[in-house]
Amino acid sequence: MSAVVTPGSVQTAEHSQSHRPDPNYLTHTKGFLSWALTLDHKRIGLMYLVGILTSFLLGGILALLLRAELFFPGEQMFSNDGYNQLFTLHGAVMVFLFIIPSVPAALGNFLVPVMLGAKDVAFPRLNLSSFYLWLAGTAFFLVALFSTGLDTGWTFYTPYSTLTQGPVVAATMGVFILGFSSIFTGLNFIVTINTMRPPGMTWFRMPLFLWATYATSIIQVLATPVLGITVLLLAAERVLKIGIFDPAYNGDPVAFQHFFWFYSHPAVYIMILPAMGIISELMSVHSHKAIFGYRMIAYSSVAIALFGFLVWGHHMFTSGMAEVTTIIFSALTFTVSIPSAIKVFNWLFTMYQGTVSMVTPMCYALAFLFLFTIGGLTGLFLGSLSTDRHLHDTYFVVAHFHYVMMGGTLIAFLGGLFHWWPKMIGKMYNELGGQISALVVFIGFNLTFLPQFVMGSRGMPRRYAQYDKEFEFLHQLSTVGAFVLGMGLFIAAGVLLSSLFRGRKAPANPWGGDTLEWHCESPPPFYNFLRPPVVKDPYDYSRLVYDNRVGGYVERPEDRASGSHK
Amino acid sequence: MAHSHANQHEHHEKSEGHAHAGHGHHGHHGFAHPSPIWQLLAVFFALLALTVLTVYQSTLDLGNMEIWASLTIATIKAALVILFFMHMIHDKPFNIIMFLGTLVFVALFLGFTLMDAHNYKDLIEPGSITPK
Amino acid sequence: MSATELDASHNHSHGHDDHGHDHDHPAWLAHHFDDAEQQFDSGKLGIWLFLITEVLFFSGMFCAYAMYRSLHPEIWTFSSQFLNETLGAINTGVLLFSSLTMAWAVRCAMLGQNRGVVACTGMTIACAAIFLGVKAVEYSHKIDLGLLPAGFYVPQVAHPEHHEGLSKWLIYFMIVPGLLLVVLTAWYGQAVATANAVQKQIAGPLSVSALCFFLGVGLGLYLESGEAAEHGDKAHAAAADSHDAAHAEGDHAHEEAHASDAAHEPKDAATPAATESASTDSHADASHAADNEIISPDVNKPNAAGLFFSIYYCMTGVHAIHIIAGILVLTWVLVKAAQGQFHSEYFGPVDYVGLYWHLVDFIWIYLFPLLYLIT
Repeated sequence: MSAVVTPGSVQTAEHSQSHRPDPNYLTHTKGFLSWALTLDHKRIGLMYLVGILTSFLLGGILALLLRAELFFPGEQMFSNDGYNQLFTLHGAVMVFLFIIPSVPAALGNFLVPVMLGAKDVAFPRLNLSSFYLWLAGTAFFLVALFSTGLDTGWTFYTPYSTLTQGPVVAATMGVFILGFSSIFTGLNFIVTINTMRPPGMTWFRMPLFLWATYATSIIQVLATPVLGITVLLLAAERVLKIGIFDPAYNGDPVAFQHFFWFYSHPAVYIMILPAMGIISELMSVHSHKAIFGYRMIAYSSVAIALFGFLVWGHHMFTSGMAEVTTIIFSALTFTVSIPSAIKVFNWLFTMYQGTVSMVTPMCYALAFLFLFTIGGLTGLFLGSLSTDRHLHDTYFVVAHFHYVMMGGTLIAFLGGLFHWWPKMIGKMYNELGGQISALVVFIGFNLTFLPQFVMGSRGMPRRYAQYDKEFEFLHQLSTVGAFVLGMGLFIAAGVLLSSLFRGRKAPANPWGGDTLEWHCESPPPFYNFLRPPVVKDPYDYSRLVYDNRVGGYVERPEDRASGSHK
Repeated sequence: MAHSHANQHEHHEKSEGHAHAGHGHHGHHGFAHPSPIWQLLAVFFALLALTVLTVYQSTLDLGNMEIWASLTIATIKAALVILFFMHMIHDKPFNIIMFLGTLVFVALFLGFTLMDAHNYKDLIEPGSITPK
Repeated sequence: MSATELDASHNHSHGHDDHGHDHDHPAWLAHHFDDAEQQFDSGKLGIWLFLITEVLFFSGMFCAYAMYRSLHPEIWTFSSQFLNETLGAINTGVLLFSSLTMAWAVRCAMLGQNRGVVACTGMTIACAAIFLGVKAVEYSHKIDLGLLPAGFYVPQVAHPEHHEGLSKWLIYFMIVPGLLLVVLTAWYGQAVATANAVQKQIAGPLSVSALCFFLGVGLGLYLESGEAAEHGDKAHAAAADSHDAAHAEGDHAHEEAHASDAAHEPKDAATPAATESASTDSHADASHAADNEIISPDVNKPNAAGLFFSIYYCMTGVHAIHIIAGILVLTWVLVKAAQGQFHSEYFGPVDYVGLYWHLVDFIWIYLFPLLYLIT
């Protein structure tokens, strides 16, 4: 029998709409404190989601201001200094407050224990404290935002960051605290995945999102402490004048860049790996076909995490690194493209001969595939020494990392959000609205950043408020694209928010996924699983069939014929 | 790959743990490994002796080898602490591999940064910068 | 779903209490773990991961250390003389002893001997306090002499003024431990008066530890004054050498500095530190012989010796912060042990805190020779 969606439980669902709501993690306790002091990973994930989306809104508004300033070549709304502060805050907010915690902390917190079949993460108190650390770090950043203004760029390069008047110490303390938040999240996930697996959940029965999260967590634990000590030394540089990064005291600013990128390059994989995990889930579920090359995708996640530590020097090719080091780092950089390409090919083969449902999450997944491929391939030009000399610090770099970070992580995050929204909130959103948002985001994104590749290769440098007349048309295209993109994101937000009020109740399994989260109610009950669930292959869809009465997928009764789908 | 090997190993232990869990919580689980007192004391006195040795060694003129001599003694001391005081000899293989694997990353970080600093130092003009 | 048992929706009984315990769960077993071993394994893996982050955190400073020492070995040879080897060695011994008591505390916890855990963690905290007391003397002494991070470094002179009485920095360092001593002793007195056995077990060791801080200060002051006669003078003789040389050469051009380098045969054979040290004038040529060279005046400057003290303060300072954090978590263990919470299935907190404490010791094992024992 089906323990999840039986006629009985459907009845319960209908029942709940009339009078007695079925207690789930959202409703089982009420009041502000029941949220503020909760130890439930699902509620913490949801609080993270709210916080992260708010930071994204802030970072997005800053981005639109930047693009508006660049609509005409000369000075518009902001002075050069104001522009410097604006792009610094845009970068810092987006990187530290939004992208790094986006998938692991918000979606990961919600999904990891449920997908794993555990009751909670291994250390629920640590989990809550990491959320509050995130809030505290954010507060420091807001101080930096509202005081004199930070203008170092999100990278805090010395010696400028030791000389500038901006609130560098507040910002670095913010980064330090956010780093702790990130470390605790990663630590929690590693321990959870290692020790909390129920019987039957072997390593190779784990959904690929968990593999990706695991690989991400390894990076978070190994790399983030180095960022911690880097920003601490930078703060000491300003407060105690230790001079370690200051040439006047025989210090070495290039050493700062080594320290910084030892974290921040692996951090790029903290951003993209969980996104890749989401895409692995989305591709398989919405193609209604087992994932192609499960083990290769799993191994490639770990490989990316480890290779990610070998390539940080490619950010510093023009910073005064020794020639021999640049050659080594350039060569190593190309190795990362191998596991990334393995993933892309596996996703393509997953769709091949599958039954692709073009629902909203899949639209975003396809957009990801397209944008991430462009982002990844343009990275090859930057990894090559000869072309990087020309392209370094131009809009080509800006376009490249936006294709990877935004076209990759953000799009996958949105796809994942639309995919798991019914599970998290228990409401279905307007499908057409979601599809439109995906299309508008995709068009707006390309309109914004494709022209930047052209500008960059023609020599438009990044981080300038004013520019030559010859770039005006391309900049205007880019600005128009940015506003289209913003509109697409507002449509997406509208679709999701309106579902809160007008969405129909979500079935337990709206898409036909077979990972464990689709086996509990939408939204899940407080305890996820009372007894450890029995686990099977997470990508075997042969036992699921669409049920019109439920509006979602149910376990196929043994006697039914196979081969039915939406 | 070291990771997957360790993971599988870990998994075997894990399923046993759960099989055990089914029987309830009574009885001695046997995951406590109290160290014998003689071992603790022996390790402590060995550490003290090595400290004396490293202080003595610092008075010798070993030239360039000095740093390596003191690092070797420090590493022996650290190994004693990790193996006996931190119970690594009784720990799960996964924890051991993880901790030792970390040293690879530390080596990577130090190695590349040092290599680079030594290679570009000649590019820096000597004495071109005056202190504040 | 014949194979899957997922009656998760029927667990209303858990709904009202966030982390309420199952009926078969003892109080010390968190609700989301199946058994004691799973809980212990999770905690153990968690603390190992945390230690990994600590190792990488310190690796940043070790990296800075290795970079600057390998590029400017002369700075290290010169500056290390100002560190007091005896105090460093004493502190090493104190930390090693605290590691012994910590390991013993873990043994006691595993055997369910809560009084033993109280005694051992109490001794560990006391050792930590002695360590900090000695460190306070070292720091205050260096601050008085101007042995400070690069930006504040004061070039050393031949015969520094020796302070009469206590350094004002040492007094600042003693404020918090002094207050703690008063409060803890009062608490202990109250616990004795009310015959509260648990509070007595907590307040007793803690007041002794606070007292031990002052023991450490006394020890440090005693050894520092004894050392000043031989060791400190040696260091300052070297400083004087370089200082005089700096004055002698004054504004001379670099060429002349080179020439004078060659001319300066060791003028004072009684300063072994100076004669043995490798030369390393930042604009020196490779032709300089390693021996028979006085320390370049270039070393006794903010951008040379100052850099050493920057790294010294960063490394030992962050280490001291870890000691203070260790005292806090050890106190938590002490409280739990005084309440008699540990037994053979629940000794995790002692073990985890122990691992952390040993790592702090582990770091110091490297810091001691790397900072204090350079010749």
